[in-house]
Amino acid sequence: MNYTQAIKMSIKSIMGNKMRSLLTMLGIIIGVCAVIIMISLVQGSTKSILDRLESMGTNMISVSLTGQKSSKVLSMVEMQALVDKNPTTLSAVAPTINSNVTIKVGTENAKTSLIGTNDAYSTIQNTKVQTGGRFMSAMDVQERRNVAMIGSYISKLTYPDSSPIGKEIKINGQIFTIIGVLEVKSTSTAGSTDDRVMIPYTTATRLLKNATVRSFSFQAKSSDVSAEALSTLNTYFKKELKSDDAFRVFNQADMLENVNQMTGTMTAMLGGIAGISLLVGGIGIMNIMLVSVTERTREIGIRKAIGARRKSILIQFLIESIVVSGMGGIIGIILGVLGTWGIGSLIKISATPSFGTMLLAGGFSVAVGVFFGWYPANKASKLNPIEALRFE
Amino acid sequence: MIKLENMYKIYSMGDNEVRALNNVSLHIKPKEFIAIVGPSGSGKSTLMNMIGCLDAPTSGKYYIDNNEVSTLKDDDLADIRNKKIGFIFQGFNLLSKLTAIENVELPLIYRGISKSERQRLSQIALDRVGLGDRTHHRPNELSGGQQQRVAIARALSTSPPIILADEPTGALDSKSGIEIMKMLHEIHEAGNTIVLITHDNDIAKQADRIVRMHDGEIIFDSEVDSE
Repeated sequence: MNYTQAIKMSIKSIMGNKMRSLLTMLGIIIGVCAVIIMISLVQGSTKSILDRLESMGTNMISVSLTGQKSSKVLSMVEMQALVDKNPTTLSAVAPTINSNVTIKVGTENAKTSLIGTNDAYSTIQNTKVQTGGRFMSAMDVQERRNVAMIGSYISKLTYPDSSPIGKEIKINGQIFTIIGVLEVKSTSTAGSTDDRVMIPYTTATRLLKNATVRSFSFQAKSSDVSAEALSTLNTYFKKELKSDDAFRVFNQADMLENVNQMTGTMTAMLGGIAGISLLVGGIGIMNIMLVSVTERTREIGIRKAIGARRKSILIQFLIESIVVSGMGGIIGIILGVLGTWGIGSLIKISATPSFGTMLLAGGFSVAVGVFFGWYPANKASKLNPIEALRFE
Repeated sequence: MIKLENMYKIYSMGDNEVRALNNVSLHIKPKEFIAIVGPSGSGKSTLMNMIGCLDAPTSGKYYIDNNEVSTLKDDDLADIRNKKIGFIFQGFNLLSKLTAIENVELPLIYRGISKSERQRLSQIALDRVGLGDRTHHRPNELSGGQQQRVAIARALSTSPPIILADEPTGALDSKSGIEIMKMLHEIHEAGNTIVLITHDNDIAKQADRIVRMHDGEIIFDSEVDSE
């Protein structure tokens, strides 16, 4: 007996008992649906967290000097020398000076935050300017030019109707030329990361009356060497500052890994819980298949009398349970995808079930069909034909 | 064709031992039309199950076409049933969800024959029993006589040498019964061996040979004088 014939036969018998088949499938449908929605939502939120982390720049390690424990001033020249000395692990460094400043355009006054840095900041912190403008150059830094890049919120505030490029902005009373508008990073509202101005750190030290650089962002050569880069930096700063507590290192790779690990556990846990409902669905299939085998004892007897081998009967019933669970799986996948979109848009997570998730849930449902269909099918195949024929 | 030697079938019920077949030896020649008669409990159904390869004897040997089948496993017995034996039951035993032609096709499916060939052979078998125009009716849309004819077509579709009929007229009115018996004669004349199980002496007399069973033993075995 071939398999297409067996599949046709099983579809016929499933269609002959529509209500029962649907109720049997319901267990699988709910199971598959739950697995897909759970996993997709966790993956969706993971992705949005990771995206936010990655928008801070890749392979970034930042070192901040803390407290007053060290009076030693670390210059940008020393940092650049450190990077140049470790070409295999470190690729760039950008200083950051953070301060609050007042800006003025025409009669418009506002308070905002200022970042003084250099040209490397763009790649290290993954910060770019919108088309039409430019990021500060090495020359801007070297010559302490009064150039500024402004956040999108500041741009909206100061020059709402025209491009601010080339226009002037007063920062703490000094006149700066706007050379670029930073790409939108968050919500373009007051207090967000779009509410800031960025100038060369050299200009900033002068503007802020001899402020010192308290924080540096390094870029590891690649994610493979980020651990090495980290230890290089730790060793260096420990030696220079003669203390463990005088600086704090923030490693983005570690952070990413933590998030990944955490959400991985969450995926497994929620997926597992949803998987239990699939298991319950499987037990439902087994139950109904056992009833079906009993009901169709006579049919099995007839089939055996006219020459059906054990395997033919086994395959017939096994395929029937696989078709039920498989159809349940397909319906569950469709509902799961729709459910993910629906719930995702409700709780504002952009979640789309991955192909892998669908494959996993679908494959699992078929496996449930095989596993829970085996016992009833085997029972059917072992029926004694004489007793089966006598069954009323 | 069919040879049973010293066959026993013993059921133990608690302490009691029931000898459904007690040292039965029987030889059926090819193209014979043999009737096995006896009251209920005489062991004729058990004998039919043995001949039909549906059951294994407790002891004794069974040969079909000189091949021993009494030692075969379930699946090999299934193959023998499929290839050598066509069953006709008292209760027709058609699958109610399948149409007439699908019922007739069933043994061919288990033989692994392609769909188009199956349909061709089934159509021939249904034509032969006079139901060529009822192929897509379900059993419940057919009369008892017609259902039994579908069952005969199913038995014939694989062209087995042996037709095993268990009370084929038992559930039919006399007119349909006569038709079915006529059909069995036609099949016999076409060259099949026919084994008919019945408790009805009038029906048994239509066979070439009568074997009478009682308490698990053959008490009478004789050719019938053809008139």
